[in-house]
Formats: sequence, structure tokens, C-alpha cells
Amino acid sequence: MTTQIARGSKGVEPAADAGPTSTGSRGTLILGILTLVALGTLALFALVLSPDDSNQGDAVRIMYIHVPSATLAYTGCGLATLGSIMYLWRKSQWWDLVAYASAEIAAVFTAVTLVTGMIWGRPTWGVYWVWDARLTSTAMLLLLLLGYLAVHRLPAEYSVRAKRASIVGLLLVPNVIIVRQSVNWWRTLHQKPTLFSNGLGSKIEGLMLFSLFLGFVAIGLLFAWLLIHRFRLAWLEEQIAEEGIDASIAARRAEAGDIGRWEGTP
Amino acid sequence: MEPEHLDRPTEAAPVVHLRGAVALLGRFPALAGVDLDVDRRRIVLLRGPNGAGKTTLLRALAGLVPVTSGEAVVLGVDLVTDRRAVRHRVGLLAHATGLYDELTVADNVRFWSRAARAEAADVEAAMARLGLDGRLRDVSVGRLSTGQRRRTSLACLVARRPELWLLDEPHAGLDQDGRDIVDALVRDATRAGATVILSSHELDRSLDLADEVVTIAGGLAHREPRPRPSRSSATPGGPTSEAMS
Amino acid sequence: MIHDALLVAGKDLRLELRSRVALNQIVPFALLVLVLFAFALDPDRGLLEAATPGLYWVAVLFSGLLALQRSFSVEAADGNHDALRLSGLDPAGIFLGKVLAVSVQLLVLEVLLAVGVAVLYSTHLGGWPLLLVTVVVATTCIAAAGTLYGVVAAGLRVRETLLPLLLLPVLAPVLIGSTRAFEAALGGTPSEGWPWVGLMSVFALLYIVAGVLGFGPLLEEA
Repeated sequence: MTTQIARGSKGVEPAADAGPTSTGSRGTLILGILTLVALGTLALFALVLSPDDSNQGDAVRIMYIHVPSATLAYTGCGLATLGSIMYLWRKSQWWDLVAYASAEIAAVFTAVTLVTGMIWGRPTWGVYWVWDARLTSTAMLLLLLLGYLAVHRLPAEYSVRAKRASIVGLLLVPNVIIVRQSVNWWRTLHQKPTLFSNGLGSKIEGLMLFSLFLGFVAIGLLFAWLLIHRFRLAWLEEQIAEEGIDASIAARRAEAGDIGRWEGTP
Repeated sequence: MEPEHLDRPTEAAPVVHLRGAVALLGRFPALAGVDLDVDRRRIVLLRGPNGAGKTTLLRALAGLVPVTSGEAVVLGVDLVTDRRAVRHRVGLLAHATGLYDELTVADNVRFWSRAARAEAADVEAAMARLGLDGRLRDVSVGRLSTGQRRRTSLACLVARRPELWLLDEPHAGLDQDGRDIVDALVRDATRAGATVILSSHELDRSLDLADEVVTIAGGLAHREPRPRPSRSSATPGGPTSEAMS
Repeated sequence: MIHDALLVAGKDLRLELRSRVALNQIVPFALLVLVLFAFALDPDRGLLEAATPGLYWVAVLFSGLLALQRSFSVEAADGNHDALRLSGLDPAGIFLGKVLAVSVQLLVLEVLLAVGVAVLYSTHLGGWPLLLVTVVVATTCIAAAGTLYGVVAAGLRVRETLLPLLLLPVLAPVLIGSTRAFEAALGGTPSEGWPWVGLMSVFALLYIVAGVLGFGPLLEEA
């Protein structure tokens, strides 16, 4: 009786290393320097050169960080949804990691928005928190982002995590829209003051407007810099995890070594 | 069991065709390049040490585990591109029961059979065949013994009339009667046109039953084609397919 | 798809009938929540009456979480996940079937809670059309979003803690909307409540579509 030994063919190809090998690069160095310069200029204008508000005094200077942070937090959330859609459509790990990095940076910026909002609120209304539409929506944004991040960080295989997180991420923007709409309807029934309506004595123009513009630029550059680094970090983590498939296959086959033991005579 | 699929033209292509199939469980290559061909109406025994990949192979053939590289065609369906399409055509008897503990035997068999669009007559016949249509019908599955649960899972499979039977240690947990019933079912199924692949450590009985033996070790398959002389000895369950052809 | 949905819903409801988990555990839990609110909010100060709609819906939300957890824990047992994938059932049908079963359980719960609230908080129930439609729409929202996020969390050891984290922020608009609608109904100004029903209907539609499309892919890879 002949025994055919059918050898299996070669297994999986090693994962192509198409990405960066460290998180820093010439591009991010330049970007980083620009960011520092912008932040420095912002500090100069925000703290020194721009005028006090006639009503709120110095407290208004928080606005130059608070407003851009809020805008970028929502932008990051939008990027997370976009990345999730692209991952589900194209199965591209690149897009999924863009979504993950954006969501994480957006969560940080959301927290900054909430904290600066509280710092601004204390001298302006005397309390740290009011349930106005914007702050409440922003708090909800943070919770939604934390949910997305929790799914992406599950102890499970990458493809499982990424697919489930993408479904959650895909729904982030619709959820944010519905939450904002419901909170707005809810709070406008009660005409509570917002950070803007109660208290800015002067209109935002001239130097104040320019400082706000600077704020967007500086915080925006900071967001981009953080995003690129966070993305690359996540990319490298996944690359490390994927390596060693070939070695595993070789080790697995070695288990078969003593095959004669298992082939008995019938 | 009534013969079926006889209106289908005889398939020249093998029911299972694997070349260098690799299946990963996480990052672990449970199947490290399996070559396997199984023709229709054959009974194939998989044997090998624990952890060799027998269960993974059966699950991959059922379309549950993705095949990441190599060729894998089951019942004409390419598993690499679309493994979901093969699922409703195979029947898998796994280690896990796949039953709802709080529902009765009859509830379970009926639910899983209706899900597979089985005929009501087949459902009753399957339960009767496995000895489940008496007192046990209305007992919650959670209160059954292991062997009785296995019989219930088998009934769910039998009622579906799959073209490919994938049985993971079917004799385990069953008493002598149960094991005889399994053997009879397997022979009847192949006579009716199905194909059966089973894994077992229960070599005496299984070697008698199987047409071919494949050894799985280290994620690879080694086939031993064998003649079938030992089938002439009387085994319960009726004439062998040799005598029928 | 509809055939599979009805089959799965029938199976889930039959499971509930045999095991009586919702009846024996979730309903008492909901009533217990109402009682705890009374302890926390001191009935004499009129807070309970004023807050009744909100407290009702918070009780529904928490009980709904339990019902959803239960809906997925029955599938987590012993290989049922694989069996579902092999069964030939249309995943969209499985999703709709589960949503239907959870909705039925929630509706029964909400009726009982309404009785509870009428008795314990001395609420006068009125504005019935708005009340009933709100209940139906809000239940659909909770069931649909809960089943979708439930399958995202399914098969994981951390399911019990992940599902609330995912679901409660998402359901905040439903809480806001249903509470405002109930306030409008009970307060005799139903015209203020209907826009909220509209918003929640959009929500329900979004999640039913998302679930029908996403349940299949999510069922893969336990």
C-alpha cells in the first residue's frame, strides 16, 4: 500500500512594509516647527496684543483656544466617520487607522474644549457648567468617541476590531447630528445663556478676529501634527503584530515531523 | 431515508478540492497548506493528534473559517472568495451543541430545520431516527445528558439533508446504540448521494466505516488511499454501497 | 428575510416564555428602579410628579439594557453563533427578528411600568394618541440601536460593560425626545410632542437600515 505524502505549498507572503518605520520624518519636523511658531504667535496675540472684552474682561482670551478646539474636535469626528466608511468599502487598513487616530485626537480636543469651557464659564457666569446646547452636545461627543475607541481597543484580532469599530465609527456623524438637534430643541425652549450670547460686550472684529483666526491656524497645525504621529504609531503597532506569520507556519509544520507515528496499518 | 439528489447529473468534479490551503486562527496557522481531494459519496476519516487541525479543517470546509491562501473549492463554491455560499449546503456536527438550552428538543430541531427550509416530514423522521420522538421531545435541552444532546444536534443536521456532512468526533459521548445509529446514518447518506467527512479518535469503528483515511498533523494532510476489503464483514446498517453499485 | 425574522422572533419569544427571565427578573428590576427614585427624590416635595416622564424613561432604558443583554447572552451559549451562521438564515432577518422580540418584551414592560407610575407616583395618564405613538417609536429606537450595538459587543467577554457605554450616549436623544413627548401629552399640549416623535422616527429608521445592512458582516468572525 503506497502512502502519498502531499506537501503543502508555501504559505502566506510576509506583510508588505509599505508604511513608515518611525513616527518622525522630515515632513513632521517642518510641521512641528511651524506649529510651535504658530502657537507662540497665538500666545502673543491672545495674551498680550488683543484687547480685553468690555464685558468679560480677560476671560474672553480663553475663546482663542476653546473655539478652535471645538471645531477641530468635530472635524476629527468627521474624519473618523470618513475613515470608517472607507475601511468598510475598501478594506484598507490605512483608512481604519486614520479613523482611529482622528478619533483619539478628537477625544483629546473635546476634553480640552470642555475644560476651557469650564474655565471660561467660571468667571463669566459664576459656575463651572451650564447645560447649554453647545456644551452638552460636546460632552455627548466625548462619550460617543470614547465608545468608538473602546471598540477599537478590544482584545481581539485586528480584522474583528476594525470591522466592529468601523460600524460604530460610521454612525458617529449621524449620531452627533441627531444629538445636537435634540439638545438644541431641548435647550432653546428654556433660553439659557450661552457662552457667546451672554456677555461678549464687543463684537468680534479687528484684533480679536485676527487672534481667533490665528487660533484656528495654530490649533489646526497642532491637530495635524498630533494626527500624523498618532497614525504612524498605530501603523507600526499593527505591523509588529502581523509579523512572524511565516515563522509560525514553519513551526507548525515542524509539529508534523514524526508523521510515521500516526499512520498505522489498517 | 429516501434517496435524493439523484436528479442531479453525476459530478465529475470532486466535492472537496484543496491545494495549499492556509487557514489562520488569529495569527496561528491552524492549516498550513493542506492538499485534499474528496469525491462524491465517499466517507473520509480524518485522524491525527490533538491540535493537528482536524476541527479547523472541518470548519473551513463548512465556510466558517476563512482560507487565506491556496485553493479551496467545496461543492463548486470557491471558499476563498465567497465562503458564505457553501454554508447552507453543508451540515456540521461540532463539539459544541449549537442548541438553545432552555428550549425543548422538538423546539430546537424544528427551529434549526425551518431555518434551513427543511420539510416538516424530514424533521419528524430525523427525530424518530435518533430516538428523540418519545418522552424526550418535550424535555428542555439543558436537562439532557451529553449523549442525548449530541443526538439532538445530529437530528438538526439530518433533517437538513446536506450534500456534505462534516462530523467532528461524532461517536464521542454516544452510547453503543447511538454509535450504531451514526454509522447507519452515514452509510445511508452516502448511498443517497451525500459525502461524509468525519474526524475521530474512535479508530476501530471509524476505520470500518470509512472509504479513505487522511492523517492531519501540523496543519498538513497526508492521504492514505486504501482498498476496501474489510467491508465484507457484516456490519449493522444494511448493505454497503459496493454491493449497491 | 421576513420569514427568517418571524422565525427568529418566535424562537426568542418562545425562549422567554420558557425561561421567564424578563418576567421574573427584568420587570421587578424596573419596578425597583421606580421605588428607588422615590427614595432618592422624596415624594413629599413634588419632585416625583414633576419628573415622572423622565424617571419613567430612565427606568425603561435601564431595563431595556437588561433585555438586550439577555437577547445576546442566549446566543453566546455553546456554539450557537456558528450554528446561526451555518443555518441559512438571512442575517438581516436575524436582526429584524431580534429587534421584534426585544420590542415585544419592552412594550409589555412599558405597559407594566405605566401602571406602576400611575400607582406609585399618582400620575394621571392622558393624551393617549401621543403617549402610545411615542411608546411604539421609542421602543423601536431602543430595540434597533440596542440590537446593532449588541452584535458589535457580542461574543466578547466585555460585552456587559461595552454595550451600555456604546448604547446610552447614542440613546440620549431618545431619552430627551420621549420625555418631552410624554410631558407634552400629560401636560395637555400634544402639539409640542409630535416633532419629537418625528425626530425619533428618523433615528429608528437610521438604525433599522444600519442593522439590516451591517448585521451580516458583523456576525462573521466571532
